[in-house]
Amino acid sequence: MKRYVYINDDESSKELYCDNRISNRKYTLWNFLPKNLWEQFSRFMNQYFLLIACLQLWSLITPVNPASTWGPLIFIFAVSASKEAWDDYNRYLSDKKANEKEVWVVRQGIKKHIQAQDIHVGNIVWLRENDEVPCDLVLIGTSDPQGLCYVETAALDGETDLKTRIIPSACMGIDFELLHKIKGVIECPNPDKDIRRFDANLRLFPPFIDNDVCPLTIKNTILQSCYLRNTEWACGVAVYTGNETKLGMSRGIPEPKLTAMDAMIDKLTGAIFVFQIVVVMVLGIAGNVWKDTEARKQWYVLYPDEGPWYEVLVIPLRFELLCSIMIPISIKVSLDLVKSLYAKFIDWDFEMIDQETGIPSHATNTAISEDLGQVEYILTDKTGTLTENRMIFRRCCISGIFYGNETGDALKDVELLDAVSGGSPDVVRFLTVMAVCNTVIPVKSKTGAILYKAQSQDEDALVNAAARLHMVFVNKNANILEIRFNGSVIHYEVLETLEFTSDRKRMSVVVKNCQNGKIILLSKGADEAILPHAYAGQQTRTFIEAVDQYAQLGLRTLCLAWCELKEDEYQEWSLMFKEASSTLVDREWRIAEVCQRLEHDLEVLGVTAIEDRLQDGVPETIETLRKAGINFWMLTGDKQNTAIQIALSCNFISPEPKGQLLLIDGKTEDEVFRSLERVLLTMRITSSEPKDVAFVVDGWALEIALKHYRKPFTELAILSRTAICCRVTPSQKAQLVELLKSCDYRTLAIGDGGNDVRMIQQADIGVGISGREGLQAARAADYSIGKFRFLKRLILVHGRYSYNRTAFLSQYSFYKSLVICFIQIFFSFISGVSGTSLFNSVSLMAYNVFYTSVPVLVSVLDKDLSEGTVMQHPQILFYCQAGRLLNPSTFAGWFGRSLFHAIVVFLITIHAYAYEKSEMEELSMVALSGCIWLQAFVVALETNCFTIIQHLAIWGNLVAFYVINLIFSAIPSSGMYTIMFRLCRQPSYWITMFLIVAAGMGPVLALKYFRYTYRPITI
Amino acid sequence: MEISTNGATTSSAAVGGGGGLEAKKSKKPKYSRFTQQELPACKPIVTPGLVITTFTIIGIIFIPMGLVSLSASEHVVEIVDRYDEVCTSNFHNKVAYIQSVSTNKSCTRTLIVPKLMKSPVFIYYQLDSFYQNHRRYVKSRSDKQLRNKAAENETTTCDPVARSQPDRAPIVPCGLIAWTLFNDTYGFSVKDKKIEVNKKNIAWDSDKGHKFGSNVYPKNFQTGGLIGGAKLDPSIPLSEQEDLIVWMRTAALPNFRKLYGRIEEDLQPNEEITVVIQNNYNTYSFGGRKELVLSTTSWIGGKNDFLGIAYITVGGLCLFFAVTFILLYVIKPRPLGDPSYLSWNKSPSGHPN
Repeated sequence: MKRYVYINDDESSKELYCDNRISNRKYTLWNFLPKNLWEQFSRFMNQYFLLIACLQLWSLITPVNPASTWGPLIFIFAVSASKEAWDDYNRYLSDKKANEKEVWVVRQGIKKHIQAQDIHVGNIVWLRENDEVPCDLVLIGTSDPQGLCYVETAALDGETDLKTRIIPSACMGIDFELLHKIKGVIECPNPDKDIRRFDANLRLFPPFIDNDVCPLTIKNTILQSCYLRNTEWACGVAVYTGNETKLGMSRGIPEPKLTAMDAMIDKLTGAIFVFQIVVVMVLGIAGNVWKDTEARKQWYVLYPDEGPWYEVLVIPLRFELLCSIMIPISIKVSLDLVKSLYAKFIDWDFEMIDQETGIPSHATNTAISEDLGQVEYILTDKTGTLTENRMIFRRCCISGIFYGNETGDALKDVELLDAVSGGSPDVVRFLTVMAVCNTVIPVKSKTGAILYKAQSQDEDALVNAAARLHMVFVNKNANILEIRFNGSVIHYEVLETLEFTSDRKRMSVVVKNCQNGKIILLSKGADEAILPHAYAGQQTRTFIEAVDQYAQLGLRTLCLAWCELKEDEYQEWSLMFKEASSTLVDREWRIAEVCQRLEHDLEVLGVTAIEDRLQDGVPETIETLRKAGINFWMLTGDKQNTAIQIALSCNFISPEPKGQLLLIDGKTEDEVFRSLERVLLTMRITSSEPKDVAFVVDGWALEIALKHYRKPFTELAILSRTAICCRVTPSQKAQLVELLKSCDYRTLAIGDGGNDVRMIQQADIGVGISGREGLQAARAADYSIGKFRFLKRLILVHGRYSYNRTAFLSQYSFYKSLVICFIQIFFSFISGVSGTSLFNSVSLMAYNVFYTSVPVLVSVLDKDLSEGTVMQHPQILFYCQAGRLLNPSTFAGWFGRSLFHAIVVFLITIHAYAYEKSEMEELSMVALSGCIWLQAFVVALETNCFTIIQHLAIWGNLVAFYVINLIFSAIPSSGMYTIMFRLCRQPSYWITMFLIVAAGMGPVLALKYFRYTYRPITI
Repeated sequence: MEISTNGATTSSAAVGGGGGLEAKKSKKPKYSRFTQQELPACKPIVTPGLVITTFTIIGIIFIPMGLVSLSASEHVVEIVDRYDEVCTSNFHNKVAYIQSVSTNKSCTRTLIVPKLMKSPVFIYYQLDSFYQNHRRYVKSRSDKQLRNKAAENETTTCDPVARSQPDRAPIVPCGLIAWTLFNDTYGFSVKDKKIEVNKKNIAWDSDKGHKFGSNVYPKNFQTGGLIGGAKLDPSIPLSEQEDLIVWMRTAALPNFRKLYGRIEEDLQPNEEITVVIQNNYNTYSFGGRKELVLSTTSWIGGKNDFLGIAYITVGGLCLFFAVTFILLYVIKPRPLGDPSYLSWNKSPSGHPN
């Protein structure tokens, strides 16, 4: 499907395409309530609570006032709804701001100031310097005579360098005034979210130019949310507007990630639900039997002989309602609340602020902090993640001569400096490639120094190094590059740029030397992408040696090559290239194919070696996390040797004899299979030995292994604690994550560049390093941190605490609900199994929503061990990883405790308040206060570190309970009028409370002490 | 290449005016001990000393308290006399007997005072296996109607005793609870001298003042075909019908005592008290029991050994824990905080399993 955009045609496209109104809103004023309610009720838990609440409206079966469920339910719904509404309102405000921004647009041939939302497809939009682009535009004019303009795309892809955009050739040289009247048609694909591609054609209508089709690429567009820089003005035709822009299309709510803990809580909720159904059925049957045998004899309840048809259901349903509190209604809200607090703690953490840039860590996804504490595999990118991604040119090899080997810095190598000043032709050509073969833009600062704006750190390093060696790239004026070398100025005209893609692994430029008119092809790229294309007869052995030698040192290598082209050869190729560039289908592949035709018979000039230093603290971080039982996989696009060297230097793998590296390689299926089998065999044998075995696999073998030998490879993945995958593509990275996830491992992917985005989104937890390759990874990630070493703190401190806290919070929530529910069940046995509620509605509601939730919410500030201890003994993390704090058996412990406490409270209450004291309201308050006292002590016993907040919450809550109930007891119309005053005056009430606390907590404390001291759990 | 940005991207860029980095820097969090999770805290550890001391102290406090409670309970003098069986021992069909209107149901019992009973001596009637807490029963009342004359018609909650048959006039007080009002009466005498029973102020003042209206008079009460329990004098307002008020404070347990009245003179040891019981109330059809209780009181309430025994048991248990832990500590000492106990320090490989 294509869309045809008629330039400057006000009428035709108005109906067809949407206007430029941006809307990120999820709701409108009218559909908010129904839509939000629908969303909330699509969750099972909410459906359950709604059912319970509806059943309670039937007064025949409801044991308590319906308000006791409706109140919390409405409260919880109101909380989530207002949060949504607030978010949506903020989105509305920011949309409005963007929509009402004033822009200059041509209307009926006259420039008019209109609001951004009124732009239509086909309108010509004028922008001034530093303006934000309101929609996706195809450039048709700029202030620059060459038709260039510069844009900053940080909001789009996070890259902070300036990008050059150029007007299409057809629009070249159109007069400023005529731009108002330009007419034509742009044939472009339907909107998509690919910000690297725009395969379209432009045809201008007469009188502007003949009916020639002019290809358009992404280079001819400026996209929404970019900023125009260093250009006085620019104008363009709106092609995609509103939510149909590239940015708008890529918006979307990522699928919510579910933590292992949430899954476990869901499972336990299901188990409790089943338990509840069983209890309800048993009690329902018992109740009906009791009714038919005993209650008929009890004249005082006056059971009618013939009941309605549903009579048999009444008692079971009553018990269903009584037991409905087993599933705590507040757990979802509490969990959401504490999870956002965990995220805030990460944001606030001073020790995770990048000191260089001052950027704090950030948790984008607030819902998965517990998973951090359960990570089993970390898949890490290399460049920019383990290393600083600050490239420094260190060594080079020019026509067989090694420079920089002695000093470790070629720029200080006297021999090279001599060769440069001597004008050795090989060296000069080498430097020319370094300076010219790139897409760097030099910017003159006010002080006169030249700054380079480069997309790739490697290019930046090369251009800077060339400048240090007196080959200075001074200025880029449209296609003319100005190079100063040893005092003389050389001009090159860039004819074509054969761009770098990760498939081609090389980039080339075709330039024309303006002095002598020679056309040359300059190439640089990975060794395997350059060396095979050397002209027949060139000895490439020294270069291979050089590449190996540099890789051994962990340096990044690039081969530089050049080739002189004949005029006609270039012209012929240029046509093909032009044609390939204007295809709409498979353009990238066609271009690659055409480029291939030119890039042959190269003369390899030499090899550059660029150092990328390790970040601070990387080896320590890896060692600590490894001790914590986390397995590391390194996935890099870099070559094998470099990867291994970096791996060695950052403790990733151990050198022989402690460690062993197994290689999986091969070009064919058979070779790969044999190699895989061999490695697997070795793995199986050595898995018992205390030896660090790691396997190395390259992209090609990985492709085959994943495709044909998934099973043995999966087995290998499970056996191996360490792996290095080199030369892998972004999609392979994501595949590996998928593989580990399918084996039920918790994976964390960490990376910094655009090529890591897929892996980051695929993994259970994605961590992005807000590094030099832009913010793309950090944006897609769940957590963004400044440095790799913060990962240690993120996992061991934040992840672990979050896990512990949620484990306590969720189980406690069930425990406290079960206590009160068991008491109700026990009470039903002494009230004729008729479904009487011991507690009144207000107490039940306040118990769940207020009395028991405040202390436990504060208990999430608890720290079981100090941060220092955990850092010192990272093995402690095993405990979280294995899920030892929240699993069916710990849950059974809490279940047992709730049963025990319910028995204690119930038995003591009914015996201490027997006979003449057995008044309903009093007895119910005694039981309730017994529960509240126990809760305070249970929370206190489970708290490991008391801050002032915890004391306030635990003991303050106990006091608040009495204050609230005394207030209720002072209201004459309330059911419990004077009850609490009467109780508080009785010595026997206080004696009963102490008895409940001692009898309930004594055995728990004894058991805890015994287990902690004499039966500690081995990790 | 796909990008993943959410809606906020555009807006943040728009607000920051392109200065994405500057905007980020200003986000630098403020330092506080709370945000850094470094609030001063005390971290109690369950050390042997702490645990043993706690248990010892609890034991030492609880056992004497138990003894005090027990002695308080022992000082209470209580006479319990079950009369439902004895009073009907001559009749084969007890249910028919109790339901018949014509039979004379008076019954005489003799109680012997075991110890001096200082005034006031409380008279209770005790019902066993009477489910005043049955859901059908406990819900069958209308608090509004009891409190307020105007709310006479608020009888919807009172089913099945809401309206009188056949004229559908509202019953005041309506509901099962009021309908089943206990109607046995007791007359006490010692050596043919009548003992005065004070039936004033047996109900809670708060109930008399706020729950039962002083202008609400019984109406259509016990007029239907089926008579439940006692009748009420229609000329006395509900706030003064203290037997009703007491009865309507429903009991939470199936065995309960309710205050009948007070004897405001001392009862001497070995005195014989003659009680003339009007045995009207039907507990026979459901196998319940009726007892007459005379009891003094103490600071802990009536006679109830439970608290004392429970305190001694819990105190003993705590002492037992303390002794066990001391023994364990002596026999098998276990230093705290010794890293050699850490499992990864024990296993040579450095890894678990």
